[in-house]
Amino acid sequence: MSRLKTMVRNQNGVQPLRGGHALCQGCGIPMVVRTVLSTIKGPVVVVNATGCLEVATTRYPTTAWNVPWLHVAFENAAAVASGIDAAQVALRRRHALPADTEVAVVVFAGDGGTYDIGLQALSGALERGHRFLFVCYDNEAYMNTGVQRSGATPFAASTTTSPAGLESFGKAQQRKDMTAIAVAHHLPYVAQAASTYWDDVSRKVQRAAAADGPAFLNVLTDCPLGWGHEPRQAPHVIAAAVETCFWPLYEVVGGRYSLTYEPPEALPIERWLEGQKRFAHLLRPENAQLRAEIQAAVDREWASLRARCFADEKGA
Amino acid sequence: MITAAPQLLTGGEAVAHAFRQIEPDVVPVYPITPQTPIIQTFSSMVADGQAHTAIVNVESEHSAMSAAIGSALAGARTVTATSSQGLALMTEVVYIAASMRAPIVMAVGNRALSGPINIHCDHSDSMLVRDSGVIQLFAENAQEAYDLTVMAPRIAEHPGVLLPVLVCQDGFTITHAAEPVTLLRDEEVRDFVGPYAIPQPALDARHPATRGPFAMPDYYFEFRRAQAAALEAALDVVFDVAHRFELLSGRRTGPYEGYRLQGADRVLVALGSSAGTVKDVVDELRDEGEPVGLLELRSFRPFPGRDLARLVHGVRTVIVLDRADSPGGAPPLAADVSFALRDSGVHVTSHVYGLGGRDLHPEEVRAVFSGDAPQYLGVRGGDPCRV
Amino acid sequence: MAELKRWQELPPGGLVTPGDAAQTHTGDWRTAGRPVVQYEQCVNCLLCWLYCPDSAVILEGTTLAGIDYDFCKGCELCVEVCPVGALAMSGERS
Repeated sequence: MSRLKTMVRNQNGVQPLRGGHALCQGCGIPMVVRTVLSTIKGPVVVVNATGCLEVATTRYPTTAWNVPWLHVAFENAAAVASGIDAAQVALRRRHALPADTEVAVVVFAGDGGTYDIGLQALSGALERGHRFLFVCYDNEAYMNTGVQRSGATPFAASTTTSPAGLESFGKAQQRKDMTAIAVAHHLPYVAQAASTYWDDVSRKVQRAAAADGPAFLNVLTDCPLGWGHEPRQAPHVIAAAVETCFWPLYEVVGGRYSLTYEPPEALPIERWLEGQKRFAHLLRPENAQLRAEIQAAVDREWASLRARCFADEKGA
Repeated sequence: MITAAPQLLTGGEAVAHAFRQIEPDVVPVYPITPQTPIIQTFSSMVADGQAHTAIVNVESEHSAMSAAIGSALAGARTVTATSSQGLALMTEVVYIAASMRAPIVMAVGNRALSGPINIHCDHSDSMLVRDSGVIQLFAENAQEAYDLTVMAPRIAEHPGVLLPVLVCQDGFTITHAAEPVTLLRDEEVRDFVGPYAIPQPALDARHPATRGPFAMPDYYFEFRRAQAAALEAALDVVFDVAHRFELLSGRRTGPYEGYRLQGADRVLVALGSSAGTVKDVVDELRDEGEPVGLLELRSFRPFPGRDLARLVHGVRTVIVLDRADSPGGAPPLAADVSFALRDSGVHVTSHVYGLGGRDLHPEEVRAVFSGDAPQYLGVRGGDPCRV
Repeated sequence: MAELKRWQELPPGGLVTPGDAAQTHTGDWRTAGRPVVQYEQCVNCLLCWLYCPDSAVILEGTTLAGIDYDFCKGCELCVEVCPVGALAMSGERS
């Protein structure tokens, strides 16, 4: 049976996230949520950090969630998940839970709640080895509060707090490599994925859910409003990120790196920049140097990642 | 009821024993002086198999309270401990724990808030979460710290309450000083606290629920009103649980204790260990013919305002001792007492004492009763301001 | 919109269960038409179901059965990703 049909069947007739929420027309997040939650078989409890997904789906007295769901605050989703994991361990130990069922603990957080304000709680939870899956839907800025820059915002992107202007080219800093930060915690499973490469996302979720300990999934997710593109262009915009090697798809299993997708041809970075208003200023002739810098950085990181992946493959 | 022999225990150790006997499912915790003896002693007990608790050594107090919410709402009895800066750091989450109605028990070793950084006792940390919607009970000594901790789960988990309960004991003065403490038997505590149950625990996936919603102006106020109602209802629950505890232990550790109020024309109101000092001075002054008394409060939140006027009926002056200040305004306990007595005709005065661990001396308490003390007790440099 | 609850009617902590959640029909967000299915062309690849941000693709088992216009916001992603052109935007029926 096709993977998608399996995912439909896994839902058992109840979609985990239903319609009626207030996410933007064409929002890229629900697809990620659907891919993750319908890949996981069995019961889940979702912890959601403050952000677009949380706010737009749970305006009291409505909810768009059909699974157990908690929101506590912005920076602590991983800590809340730690508590739920510890509770499950403790209750199982004193036979207060059905022996044969494990409830999967899944966190959804945006890049703000992962890279920045959420980093401490995430790092602590990863270090303690709790059994949970942390999914970052990375749309590269604080979108819910009006597209402000975050530690995930790419170099030279224009956001409302790093706007391109007469004396500024946008964000002056490189974005953090959050996937590498997660890898540094010696986890059983870490992966980088992209929302519309859904088959890759789903396979990664399967491996992550089977991990005996924390798993971290960093999923590039489009934001039509914040990135400045038509919603229906999402598959092409995300493809540009992957095919230019700006956002490589890879996994790190027990510290061993491997690519899960290699673009047949690395496209020039302009293909990533040209589809989005947040990069429009970079396409002006006077910004050729900036484009070259961006291209050089992408090339360097891609070469380094490829080398690491092939070394680890050889060393197997 | 068999009374066991008292043991010499610090307040911290006594609370650790209470934790051991309650045997919570999960304890997420981060170290900070002066709460550390509690978690260190308890950790040893767990390491020796005396309690089967999942201790989660989190990476900050903010995460301790966050993990506690996750655990408590998942369906596990959850306990933690903190002081001072730790309580300050987790304040955001303490408010949320109350609003999400998570029945977490937290031991607080009361310690001054920075700055300057100070590790000794005052009540400024508790006052920081005064308005958060949590229950706050103050112990006078190590025995009361133990008793209140044993009582706390039944208060927190009562279906009409479902709120975090903070059991507060003065840092160092109680946490680190050894006193005779009579422990109940393990099975007595186990039976007293009973099994943990909350509506629709999050790990029950057959009954999914959404917790921690976003509320617009059309609903937020109703949430807060409902929380206030829960705190008001909690006072009767504290009385009831204290009564049941008295039946079990022979010791009454209720929301307040009147000490020699009969015929008093001056009554001092205080929280925490200083109440013990005041009791000694009240005895001395009474021997000298002075009609003085003490109203020791244990339940700061919910504040027993409805009973206050009755308790101090006939009293000329109520003097409030605050071990915390509110610069530019009224000290917190004085504000609550004044408001409760606003229609009573009783004169209310206020002093601030003991900030940053400064001891309160019996001579100072005498001066307070004789109306001869500065507003800030025992501060070098004198004090021209009088309230 | 349902009548607003009084404070006594809120469950502790404002817990919401799916069964009692009010439903907001976001279909009125559409401004540029609605997606329409050509069933004879549909191959039930389920990509539209996967991509729809509003869970508005109705399935019967694993077969496409329709679009829930109460929730469809008209983003056109389903039209974009359909590999056989079985979906197209059409005017709203009045």
